[in-house]
Amino acid sequence: MNVILAPGPPRNAALMERAVKGRSLWDDARRRLLRNRAAVASMMVLGLLVLAALVGPLLVPYAYDQINKNDVLAPPLAAGHLLGADSLGRDLLARLLTGLGVSLAIGAVATTVSLVIGVAWGATAGYLGGVVDEVMMRIVDVLYSLPYIFFVILLMVTFGSNFILLFVAIGAVEWLTMARIVRGQTLSLKQKEFIEAARAAGLTRFAIIARHIVPNLLGPVVVYVTLTIPGVILAESFLSFLGLGIQPPMASLGTLINTGAQDMELAPWLLVFPALTMIATLMCFNFIGDGLRDAIDPKDR
Amino acid sequence: MLRFLVRRLVVAIPTLFLVITAAFFMMRAAPGNPFSTDRKLQPEIEKNIEAKYGMDKPLLVQYVTYLGGVLHGDFGPSLKYRDKSVLEIIEENYPVSLTIGLSAFAIAVLGGVSLGVIAALRQNGPADYTTMAIAIVGVCIPSFVTAPLLQLALGSQLGWLPIGSWNGGALPNLVMPVTVLALPQVAVISRLTRAGMIEVLRSNYVRTARAKGLPEFTIVTKHALRAAVLPLVSYLGPAFAGLITGSLVVERIFGLPGLGKFFVTSALQRDYTVVMGMVIFFATLILALNLLADILYALLDPRVRLA
Repeated sequence: MNVILAPGPPRNAALMERAVKGRSLWDDARRRLLRNRAAVASMMVLGLLVLAALVGPLLVPYAYDQINKNDVLAPPLAAGHLLGADSLGRDLLARLLTGLGVSLAIGAVATTVSLVIGVAWGATAGYLGGVVDEVMMRIVDVLYSLPYIFFVILLMVTFGSNFILLFVAIGAVEWLTMARIVRGQTLSLKQKEFIEAARAAGLTRFAIIARHIVPNLLGPVVVYVTLTIPGVILAESFLSFLGLGIQPPMASLGTLINTGAQDMELAPWLLVFPALTMIATLMCFNFIGDGLRDAIDPKDR
Repeated sequence: MLRFLVRRLVVAIPTLFLVITAAFFMMRAAPGNPFSTDRKLQPEIEKNIEAKYGMDKPLLVQYVTYLGGVLHGDFGPSLKYRDKSVLEIIEENYPVSLTIGLSAFAIAVLGGVSLGVIAALRQNGPADYTTMAIAIVGVCIPSFVTAPLLQLALGSQLGWLPIGSWNGGALPNLVMPVTVLALPQVAVISRLTRAGMIEVLRSNYVRTARAKGLPEFTIVTKHALRAAVLPLVSYLGPAFAGLITGSLVVERIFGLPGLGKFFVTSALQRDYTVVMGMVIFFATLILALNLLADILYALLDPRVRLA
C-alpha cells in the first residue's frame, strides 16, 4: 500500500486536472472490496443478522425468558413457535435473537476495549522506541505466553460472572496482537518524511502519535478488528459453554449451544439453529476480514 | 547458542513466577473456600481444618510457604480429594490429555501442511478451493459445535462411533475427540502454509532450482517447504495453547477423564492447590514449547542470529 506510481510531468492543463482528481488509496480499496463477492454477500448477511438482533425480539410474540408449560420441547412450527421451544417451553426464536444480540454486543464492546489498549500501547512503544519500547514489548511477550484462558476462567470464578467483567476480561487479553501489529506499522511510519516534518514543526510527541501516526494505522487495524470480533464471540461462547459466561435465563449463542447439546437426542433443533446462526455470524466476519485485507493490502494477489 | 538460550530462559522464569503469583492471589480473592459446604460447619471445626492446611496464617506467609514447596516439587495435598496429592491427580489424569493432545497436534501439523502445500501448488484450482473451504469451516466452527454435531450424526444416528467415554484409549473412542480438537488447528496451519508456499514459489531461488531442471518434487520438499514453514514455527506455541483450551471443552463433551475436565471443576470448588498445580503445569508446558519454537526458528532461519 506504500507504492503509488508517481505521475509523470503533466503535458497540459486538462491532464493535470485529471491527475488531481485521481483515486485515493481508500477509493481503490473500496472498489476492490466491492468486487469481492464473498465479502459483499457477507456484509449483507451480517447486516440482516444485526437488524434481526436489534428489531427481532420486538416482533416475536414471546419474551426470551417466558416459560410456557404446555409447549415443552415443541418442534419447529408447532404451537406458534417458528423454531420450536426448549425444555422449559421457551420460544427458541426469541431466545436465539436475544442471544445473537448479546453475542454481537460482547463482540463489539470487547473489541473496542482491545482496540483502544492495543493501539495506544503499540503506537507509544513503536514511536518512542529504545528502552520504553523494549520494556513495553517485553510485557506483551510475557502476557502473550500466559495460558490466558486459565486466567479468564479464574477471573470469572473469582468475581462471579457479570456482563461488564466478561467484556473487560476478554478485551484485555485480545489487545496483545493488536499492540504488536500497531507497533510494527508505527516503526515503519516513523521513518516517513511527514513525521519528520511534523517534528520539525515543533509538535509534541503526543500530538504526533495522536494526529499523525494513529490515523495512518487505520488499514491494518481495521482488518484486524474484523478478525478480532469473531474471536471475541468465540471466547464468550466458550466461557458460556463451560457455564462461566452469560448466566441463565439470559442467553448468548454459547449458552444456547450448550443447552442445545444437552437436549440434542430429543430435540435436535435446539442445537442446530443456534449452531447455524453462530457459524453464519463467524463466517461473515471472516469473509469480510479477508476481503478487507485483500482490498487494503493487495500484496498477495 | 548458549547466550540465546540463557536470554530466553531469563524471560521465561519471571513469566512463570508471575503466573504463579497472579493465580495464587486471584484464587484466594474468590469468595468461599474449599471447606464451605451446604451444612454450616461449627466454627471450631472450621478453624481446625484451616489450621491443618496452614490457612490460618496470613496470606503472604501462605504464599511464601507455597512457593517454597513448589521449588521443592511439592504442590501440596488436594483440598477436595482428601487422600490425594496434587501431583498424584496430575499424574493420573495427564495421560488422557496427552494422548488426545499429541494425536491432534500431529494430525494438525501433518494434515495442515499437506493441505496447504497442495492448495498452493494448485492455486485457484478445485483442490485449492476445497482446502480453503475446509480452512474457513475449521476456523469458524468452534469445537463445542462440531463435537455435539458429530456425536449426533456419527454417534447416535449412524451408530458408527461411541458417543463418549475413554474406554482405555480404544481407537474408536479417540476418533471424534481428536478430530474435533485438531480441526481448528488444521485450518490455521493450512492457511499459513498456503500463504508461505505461494510467496516462496515465486522467489528467485525456486526459479533457479527449476532452471537447473530439478524434479518438481525435490523443489517443493527440499527447497520451498523449508522457507514456507517458517511462519508456522512461530505459530506452534499458540497452536499448543489452542489445543489445551480446546481440551477443556472436548474432554467435557466426550466425558474423558483428563486434566481439562478437572480444571474448571476444581476452580469452581475452590480446590486451591489443584488449580494452582494445573496452572503451573500448563504454563510450564506452554513456556517450554514457546522456547522450543524459538530455538527451532533460529535453527531453520540462518538470518536469525543466536546472540
